[in-house]
Amino acid sequence: MIISIASGKGGTGKTTVATNLALSLNGVQFLDCDVEEPDAHIFLKPKIKSRKTVSIPVPQVDEARCNLCGKCAEVCAYNAIAVVNPIRRSKNEIGVDKENSSIPETKPLKELKGKVLIFPELCHGCGGCKLLCPEKAISEVDKDIGVIESGESKAIQFIHGKLNIGEVLSPSLIRAVKEYINPTRTVIIDVPPGTSCPVIEAIKGSDYCILVTEPTPFGLNDLILAIEVLKKLDIPFGVVINRADIGDEKVEQYCQNYKIPVLMHIPFDKEIAIAYSMGIPIVEAKSKYIQEFRKLFKKIVNC
Amino acid sequence: MKQIVVISGKGGTGKTVIAASFAALAKSKVMADCDVDAADLHLLLHPEVLQRHDFKGGKKAIIDRERCSECGKCEQVCRFNAIENFVVDPISCEGCGVCSYICPEEAIEMEDNLSGEWFVSRTKYGPLVHAKLGIAEENSGKLVTMVRQNAKLIAERERKDFIIIDGPPGIGCPVIASLTGVDLALVVTEPTLSGIYDMERVCKVAHHFGVKTYVCINKYDLNLENSRAIEKYCLDSNIEIGGEIPFDQAVTETLVKGIPVVEGRDNKVTQKIKILWNRIKQIN
Repeated sequence: MIISIASGKGGTGKTTVATNLALSLNGVQFLDCDVEEPDAHIFLKPKIKSRKTVSIPVPQVDEARCNLCGKCAEVCAYNAIAVVNPIRRSKNEIGVDKENSSIPETKPLKELKGKVLIFPELCHGCGGCKLLCPEKAISEVDKDIGVIESGESKAIQFIHGKLNIGEVLSPSLIRAVKEYINPTRTVIIDVPPGTSCPVIEAIKGSDYCILVTEPTPFGLNDLILAIEVLKKLDIPFGVVINRADIGDEKVEQYCQNYKIPVLMHIPFDKEIAIAYSMGIPIVEAKSKYIQEFRKLFKKIVNC
Repeated sequence: MKQIVVISGKGGTGKTVIAASFAALAKSKVMADCDVDAADLHLLLHPEVLQRHDFKGGKKAIIDRERCSECGKCEQVCRFNAIENFVVDPISCEGCGVCSYICPEEAIEMEDNLSGEWFVSRTKYGPLVHAKLGIAEENSGKLVTMVRQNAKLIAERERKDFIIIDGPPGIGCPVIASLTGVDLALVVTEPTLSGIYDMERVCKVAHHFGVKTYVCINKYDLNLENSRAIEKYCLDSNIEIGGEIPFDQAVTETLVKGIPVVEGRDNKVTQKIKILWNRIKQIN
């Protein structure tokens, strides 16, 4: 069974619920798909046994074959390729670029060089430029976007992805992390905050999603957005209310009105907050929570 | 005119709460909510929407089954697993258009995708530009850029001193779009191991893009040892500590009331936020 833990709003307690659920069950697989800010390792403290670089294919142009036709720039949906072709300019201005007059007026045509400029940080790796180049002048090279580390923590098989600083293709890295899913085990996925493409990539294909929220106007606002995501993905879900005794009643009322199961309440507890700040899971700080998280799992399985 | 973005790396550290207080304290500014897929600033600033605009971020492929010969070439070339049984899954489709180009029957069209909306609003604290990304949509970075461009237009036209941007969590494309070209990134962190780990990553992103950074330690008294560790990291990395705010349940109370913290009872939190703002508004 694949269970993802999401929220919409950041900081509600996704990683807390995901890691403590994993620690309360036996032999699960834990995938930290919050590849921009993966924190679960702080609590699960896995022994990392393998490390793999993840890359996407980005274009490389063979200048000998390239005739600067510009087809690649035309097909690229992400502005990741630009073609500068001096010959394409007005025939009356051969050799002169009026906006960038570093090219002297008398330079002979054959000495002018065009250029294909590639912006790998914008490239999505769709392969269109390579496929559609009429001169077959484009090949692909790997561009690293992040790493996947895997290992073990107690009986948990642990995998996380870490996006390289300055990279944007979180969904590609999340897809790569999810290739590790072993469908014969219970899989727990820690999902990033938000409601856009990285979240979708992480939650897609889950059998159930736990939405963690807090009883505040921010919590409710973002919970409603997260619920819309799950409805769009057609995945069954339930809610866990964290810091349940600080705030107002509106989240609880909303769930009642819309018949959304509230699976667990975790009260605010300064001891838990301090333990969290030190990287100590709730179930280690207060072992009674092991039973609480097992009850949470039973409720999900019976849904 | 200075642009200041409030980011964090880790979600839930207090970006929006602090940004809303800046809205109340700064005399001449435009507010921009760039957390486009989970926007919350409006819950404290209570905007009256003056303009609403569609956001068309990209395209989606659609297969005309009547023209489709079921050759399967589209499925073969799609790198995003978005085509199955000659139907495009719009959630997985990234709008690259390759399928459309290679279809021998010209059966695939790329259609503009209405992926969200953005707003120009009036609030008690001045203009607010904000947005709502559609559910499960992409191109959040583009929508962030749209919000920022429009905030800038208003700030220039009305000669405002500041644009204050409530940023998203994480370090990916909407964060990068929120911070490129700003005068200061205020990184709001908390004294937890997760907060520290995430803060370091987002500070590296800010550094990568050449953006000046201050760090603010929110709820600093929850773990003084960790707060000291953050201070040390900042010292070693040449990052200034903009301020430290203590933990106080009164913050949640003002949140529930729907008002910026600094408009509630005067207490240590409001004082520290005022000190923080005074520091920030002096940047050059």
